[in-house]
Amino acid sequence: MKIKTEAGERHVLAITVDNEAGVLAKITGLFTARGYNIESLTVADITADHALSRITIVTSGPPPIIDQIIAQLDRLVPVHKVVDLTDAGETHVEREIALVKVAGTGDKRIEALRMADVFRAKVVDTTLTSFIFEITGTSDKVDRFIALMRECGLVEVGRTGVVAIARGPEAL
Amino acid sequence: MVVQALVDLGVDTVFGYPGGAVLPIYDALYKHPTIKHILVRHEQAATHAAEGYARSTGKPGVVLVTSGPGATNAVTGITDALLDSIPMVVLTGQVPTTLIGTDAFQECDTVGITRHCTKHNYLVMDPDRLGPIMHEAFHIATHGRPGPVVIDIPKNVQVATGTYSVPEFIQHNSYRPQVEPDADAIAQAIDMIAAAERPIFYTGGGIINAGPDASAALRQLVSLTGAPITSTLMGLGAFPADDPKWLGMLGMHGTYEANMAMNRADLIIAVGARFDDRVTGRLDAFSPDSKKIHIDIDRSSINKIVPVDLAVVGDAGRALDALIAAWGDKGHKARDLGEWWRRVDGWRATRCLDFPEKKEPDADIMPQRAVKALFDATRGMDPIITTEVGQHQMWAAQHFGFFAPNRWLTSGGLGTMGYGFPAAVGAQIANPNRLVICIAGEASLQMNIQEMGTVSQYRLPVKIFILNNEWMGMVRQWQELTYESRYSNSYSDSLPDFVKLADAYGWTGLRIDTLGQLEDGIAKMIDTPGPVIVDCRVAQLANCFPMIPSGAAHTDMILQPNDITGTMDDEAKALV
Repeated sequence: MKIKTEAGERHVLAITVDNEAGVLAKITGLFTARGYNIESLTVADITADHALSRITIVTSGPPPIIDQIIAQLDRLVPVHKVVDLTDAGETHVEREIALVKVAGTGDKRIEALRMADVFRAKVVDTTLTSFIFEITGTSDKVDRFIALMRECGLVEVGRTGVVAIARGPEAL
Repeated sequence: MVVQALVDLGVDTVFGYPGGAVLPIYDALYKHPTIKHILVRHEQAATHAAEGYARSTGKPGVVLVTSGPGATNAVTGITDALLDSIPMVVLTGQVPTTLIGTDAFQECDTVGITRHCTKHNYLVMDPDRLGPIMHEAFHIATHGRPGPVVIDIPKNVQVATGTYSVPEFIQHNSYRPQVEPDADAIAQAIDMIAAAERPIFYTGGGIINAGPDASAALRQLVSLTGAPITSTLMGLGAFPADDPKWLGMLGMHGTYEANMAMNRADLIIAVGARFDDRVTGRLDAFSPDSKKIHIDIDRSSINKIVPVDLAVVGDAGRALDALIAAWGDKGHKARDLGEWWRRVDGWRATRCLDFPEKKEPDADIMPQRAVKALFDATRGMDPIITTEVGQHQMWAAQHFGFFAPNRWLTSGGLGTMGYGFPAAVGAQIANPNRLVICIAGEASLQMNIQEMGTVSQYRLPVKIFILNNEWMGMVRQWQELTYESRYSNSYSDSLPDFVKLADAYGWTGLRIDTLGQLEDGIAKMIDTPGPVIVDCRVAQLANCFPMIPSGAAHTDMILQPNDITGTMDDEAKALV
């Protein structure tokens, strides 16, 4: 017998929650317990009094599952608001930061620096045999930069995951 | 402070078991003038007793247990309350804050363990937060879709002094469930109901949770529309079983007429029910030609399993009231549903709950007959019935009639064997003068049989009626259907002598062996003061029908034992 899985589309959810112990575990636990995907997750507090945190989750699934994910998140007691930024009609801005360490000498080192320039990546640390680049952009752009760096002596990558915010003057 | 908060919250009963990490609270409860503490024999039973208390009264059940094993033993009951939406607050002791995370004696990560089996939980690190958290916890447990809330209180927080005041009004800063239904949705719903040619009400535990007024409103709306009504296991009692519009329970062991009517309907009005897999059967064949209205307090229940045409988020009682008002405002008149009722009556004519039996006095008792006899003998006594989980539970649901809410206490969502007896304890404590009967199977009962001691201690007149077939009957039934009768570990070997066991605990024990003894045995059980255990020996190999086999549609019900095929493909097996 085969166990079926359904392919789905990518959604970016912005969630505001009470900044209290265990909230993150509650949310990630909901995803594992109900079999939903988490492609990336970021979290940090966003208010001056540290009372609220904003969580950005990139997930995927068919529309009814996305609807369920939002409803399930929304009924958790510490959750204030859940917004699907990728919902039809909404446009939003997404950014991700990566730190990319590349080691090498000679032509490869020069090539790495040149491509970093093209991608507007900044050099944040250097030795005679290595660079650390900081690159900011959509996940797609970061992916492409990392793929190119593989040819130029990539040794390590750290990524933040996606943060996103809706366009226009309104708040969440 | 904990005890003062309980008093202020109107708590009169706490079910619990002491231990090192809750001794300060137990000391405050010592000879307390208003709060009665019921000492159980196992923490799981405390949670089920609290559920029994809550389901029979509508008030939240309160549990007090110690850290570590006290908390972990409570987890099954907490999960049961989550699945069946029962309001409950569980106070757990915890090691002092200075020792948390050190693997201290009787330490466990209670908030971690209970995070996903509670509606919400708290670890109280600051004594000044204890009071507000207590009040907030009761608010959350009882508002919106009810559920269990755990408050984990370290021992040093219990003995610390902090400020406490009774909040005048609780408004949680993020938890604001939608209780009032949307007026437009109600207007749309009532037009759909008025226009339907083959409507059916499908109701669930949400009606019970919405309070007795919701049941009254349901009766009124059904009577206005003239539509047939069926209910889930959890919803039994919301609508009277002797009303001609009542089709009986639906689902896997529901009636033929209820399932066929669901399948052929052109409109399903789901109220406080959640399209559980035990109800829907095979999803792609579930009520294919109907429009569906779903009224539920929990938005996440809507479109979870079955996509619906109209969603109404709100309290079942308020929604029913609004529907009744809208029916009148719009001047709707009940349609002539004669053709629909003729079809329903045709399905009724199969008499799907009939069962073969011998009538001689020395014949084996069919378990269905035992339930019917119990029902007949207690009619007019308005009994509270609890059950364990298994065949006996389904026979009770099929053959015992209920006429009012909060009389039928059973573990539906989690299906917890060992629920029924402690739930009867809780119900009896909440209703000292009512007849409380636990219909049990001999296997389930043994999962919390230690509570006989609790019953003796508080002199509770609980009656346990065991349908003893010496099998884990539902397991065996599935093995017959799915695994060619390979009875792997489903025989209840080495059973105790229940009559002698009753004697050991100071109860009255009775045995019923034959059909001729049934009526007298039940009468004796009812007439005997104090706790009684009845070991009713029933036909061993009887199975529970009708039944929708795993992976089948509503229209593929097995009505009688000889319809069984004996094997299933892997797809169907996986759905068991």
